[in-house]
Amino acid sequence: MEAEIKGTIVKIAGPVVMAKNMKGSKMYDVVRVGKEALLGEIIQLREDKAIIQVYEDTNGVKPGEPVLNTGKPLSVELGPGMIANIYDGIARPLEEISKKAGDFITRGISIPALDRKKKWKFVPTVKKGDKVEEGQIIGTVKETDIIEHRILVPVGISGEITEINSGEMTVTDKAAVIKTSKGNENILLYQEWPVRKPRPFINKLSPETPLVTGQRVFDTFFPIAKGGTAAIPGPFGAGKTVTQHSLAKWSDADVIVYVGCGERGNEMTEVLTEFPKLIDPKSGKPLMERTVLIANTSNMPVAAREASVYTGVTIAEYFRDMGYNASIMADSTSRWAEAMREIGARLEEMPGEEGYPAYLASRLAQFYERAGPVNALSNKKGSVSIIGAVSPPGGDFSEPVTQNTLRMTKVFWALDAPLAYRRHFPAINWLTSYSLYAEELQEYFTKNVSKDFSALRNQAMALLQKDAELQEIVQLVGPDALPEHEKVVLFTSKSLKEDFLQQNAYHEVDAFCSLEKQFTMLKVILSYHGRAKEATDKGVKLAKISALKVNEKVARMKEQQDINKASKEILAEIESELSKLERESVSTLGGGKQ
Amino acid sequence: MIKEYTSVVEITGPLMVVDKVKDVAYGELVHVTLSSGEKRSGQVLEVSEDKVIVQLFEGTHGIDTKNTKVRFVGETMQLPVSEEMLGRTFNGRGQPIDGGPKIISKKRLDINGSPINPFTRHHPADFIQTGISTIDMMNTLVRGQKLPIFSGAGLPHNNLAAQIARQATVLGKQESFAVVFAAMGITNEESLFFQNEFKKTGASERVVMFLNLANDPAIERIITPRIALTTAEYLAYEKNMHVLVILTDLTNYCEALREISAARNEVPGRRGYPGYMYTDLAMLYERAGRIKGRSGSITQIPILTLPDDDITHPIPDLTGYITEGQLVLNRDLHRKGIYPPMDVLPSLSRLMNNGIGEGKTEAYHGNLSNQIYASYAKGRELRDLVAVIGEESLDDLDKLYLKFADAFENKFVKQDLTENRTIKKTLDLGWQLVSMLPKTELKRIKPEFIEKYYLKGVLGEKEGKLSKAIQVDGQGTTGMSSVSLDSSLSVQAKKKRSN
Repeated sequence: MEAEIKGTIVKIAGPVVMAKNMKGSKMYDVVRVGKEALLGEIIQLREDKAIIQVYEDTNGVKPGEPVLNTGKPLSVELGPGMIANIYDGIARPLEEISKKAGDFITRGISIPALDRKKKWKFVPTVKKGDKVEEGQIIGTVKETDIIEHRILVPVGISGEITEINSGEMTVTDKAAVIKTSKGNENILLYQEWPVRKPRPFINKLSPETPLVTGQRVFDTFFPIAKGGTAAIPGPFGAGKTVTQHSLAKWSDADVIVYVGCGERGNEMTEVLTEFPKLIDPKSGKPLMERTVLIANTSNMPVAAREASVYTGVTIAEYFRDMGYNASIMADSTSRWAEAMREIGARLEEMPGEEGYPAYLASRLAQFYERAGPVNALSNKKGSVSIIGAVSPPGGDFSEPVTQNTLRMTKVFWALDAPLAYRRHFPAINWLTSYSLYAEELQEYFTKNVSKDFSALRNQAMALLQKDAELQEIVQLVGPDALPEHEKVVLFTSKSLKEDFLQQNAYHEVDAFCSLEKQFTMLKVILSYHGRAKEATDKGVKLAKISALKVNEKVARMKEQQDINKASKEILAEIESELSKLERESVSTLGGGKQ
Repeated sequence: MIKEYTSVVEITGPLMVVDKVKDVAYGELVHVTLSSGEKRSGQVLEVSEDKVIVQLFEGTHGIDTKNTKVRFVGETMQLPVSEEMLGRTFNGRGQPIDGGPKIISKKRLDINGSPINPFTRHHPADFIQTGISTIDMMNTLVRGQKLPIFSGAGLPHNNLAAQIARQATVLGKQESFAVVFAAMGITNEESLFFQNEFKKTGASERVVMFLNLANDPAIERIITPRIALTTAEYLAYEKNMHVLVILTDLTNYCEALREISAARNEVPGRRGYPGYMYTDLAMLYERAGRIKGRSGSITQIPILTLPDDDITHPIPDLTGYITEGQLVLNRDLHRKGIYPPMDVLPSLSRLMNNGIGEGKTEAYHGNLSNQIYASYAKGRELRDLVAVIGEESLDDLDKLYLKFADAFENKFVKQDLTENRTIKKTLDLGWQLVSMLPKTELKRIKPEFIEKYYLKGVLGEKEGKLSKAIQVDGQGTTGMSSVSLDSSLSVQAKKKRSN
């Protein structure tokens, strides 16, 4: 072992501290700063001086106080007990902190991420004498009703199992002993991993199954794949957080890691109070039993905010390595970028665009590249999907964080303030948003939903495009100037916007919409469109059609439990009503001739 | 012991550099004695082995580099707190300016506070009735929320804030409350307005005022809100009071922040404001809330005047990302003589859903609010269209929407400075409004609610045509006389309810 490095503080400026006598330290080593042993990380080295970002408030720290280098990079503990837990940005359990420190977060608290006392029932899946490789599963622990926690051989260890235990044990108990070429290694129920380093895998796969979110605008129009990346930029009040919450609630990932990065404290509380009450439609168990929360609220130390997204993605990768589809929601990556900017400015670095550090783009790229479906070392298939919210200043998408994010992510869900003002939620702009997965996922939709799915989607999209063009004309000359068949386009587009794209996150039925229901709803709206067009060709005025009672039923389709029954009734009613209108129109025409 | 230094080597703007100092902590409080004998205070902004940068709250006027004496107090800035502060007036640094005695208390709190552990936060869900329809119905305020008012120069944000402070009640509860008022760089006149308002309602003895007026030192503004919030935290979490904190004007606070940043030659963020402004503002706003197991709460109403009415300016922009919504005042409405000139479309209350609904207000509240939002938005869009193509070329339904938007502004938004509408009255007004539209247009409201509460007669028997009552005085775009809506229809509403 190297000698312990112990330095002295020479300068303090907010979250950035400079210490001398630090020769031998490595970049990103974790250090303990000052008498209170505040947690920090080395981010710059100059001769024997180290510049440290401190994860806690530095008020009251003085030059001359000691700095101790732990020699280890910033790591998280990975093992049973993470699910349903809430951590701060550097993976300290907030519940335990509150037990120890009270209602407010004070400094210098050191609590391990995983409960040391809790016993887990370990069921081994290998036996003595088996040869095991790194990343292989050696046993399981039932962590929650939904998640079976698979214990993996830590990366870098392989050899022969010489001892394997089973039954009740804590995370620090010895589960197995592996004889490696370098000697015996004790395998515990937990392992550590440095957060800034991606966990290894065999190879990446190309995404081919959608992450079903239950949100119509996403699944139908702008789908994301399992293992995909998406960005949700939008000005404040446009519904980023509600959207992220909906995704965390209803998407069909196995494990959700929700990172509240520099956001509101009450929002995390909302997740904490609401998720245990919500039932996962797939398993029938509370959603909390598949969720890990990381909360670094906006008033918590800025350096820990920078670390929080890495902590989150590392946990997601760990579940991926067990063969799960994990999904991480980062709300908001702009706060993470701003934390980088703040630290960068304190280091007096030469700024890039809008004061952000020049390495902003590469950091964002490295983060999003940790997504993807993989063949894990355990020979199972797993994936990490990343959905990042972006908070562009003034809602201006040309700013650096949005732009650099868009270069990396394949799905762009653009939130729109005017839509939000009209209470059109989710306020996703259907014209500017895009998904590059639509092609890759087409096969899945064709096979699992309907062969018409893509065709219908394209038709609906074309209608909405046409609508946007027509709206411009309407703005100039008024709707009356349009011919009837174009009025039908406006009519159907209105229905698409109000009856299909809008979805109420707080409605008991509408909050989650299955793919089948989405397809059926779309089919009804577009069949209606076809039929209405036919009718107007036969001389029926659109005004008559838009006054039909059936329109209300179309509008309430989203609230129906039994969509098949509802859709049949609606289609039948459309047919009969429109035929009636056609007959009337023919008779009046005929009457006119006489 | 505490040493005194005379080694000031540099003074720039609000900052002072002291040399050859030992054992000084980051964030420590500093006392400065000028050669004239005047005493000032400051705070350590940066400390290295022998050099310290101090920010002076009262400015650097008259400080010299020769005779100025500097003392480092050995602790961060703390505020003595006690219940006796209620009814008192202090300056921006927490010293009494009402001629009363000094606050003497053993209890001293760090003015920077500590972040509330998200795990121990209690999710705010108590509906506050402010008596203002646009807030109660459409942007409901709940206890523990931070809801800023985005205003502009010359708009009546002070009246609105005072009205909220005066009228805010939680239905069916009598609990001890307090108002903490922090003024940052507002004029003497504005501060007198608030003082008189509090006096008029007899609430003065429940109010703590911290006044940093326009002619007070700008840098002092940095600590004024912190002192105010520390007082609020004490009253809320230790004395179990429900505290309403009014902070005005945050724009002046941010200017002061920028001044210090510029003096330190920091790399500026947008429009010269420091890159850490988001974090700094969050340190203030996030001090609102409730804590599990404690009965008090802190509700914050910060006021911001938007430079040039620009909502994308960094100050409102960063604020909107932290606070739980915003109430936006609109100049056009103000010009039309509508008070409060609240533009509901960009306004938002993020915690609304928790505070409304069955058992709190009414089960249909959320539906009704959404419907009014959507319909008013449509009416506003049509107004733009009418400006181009004229009202004649609209169909009947669109004309109804125009009427709806006018009625909304004149009947619902508009109310008197002293008018305290109950939530019931507000909701009734809401039903009267949506009943101007045919039932088929009310897609945001569940059918069972429409069945029960939709008012017949507001819209004519034949849907799509205006009722007689509305047609009579609905000629202009200014809306209807109070007779048609208030008297005839609320009678109907009552009948309906009693059935």
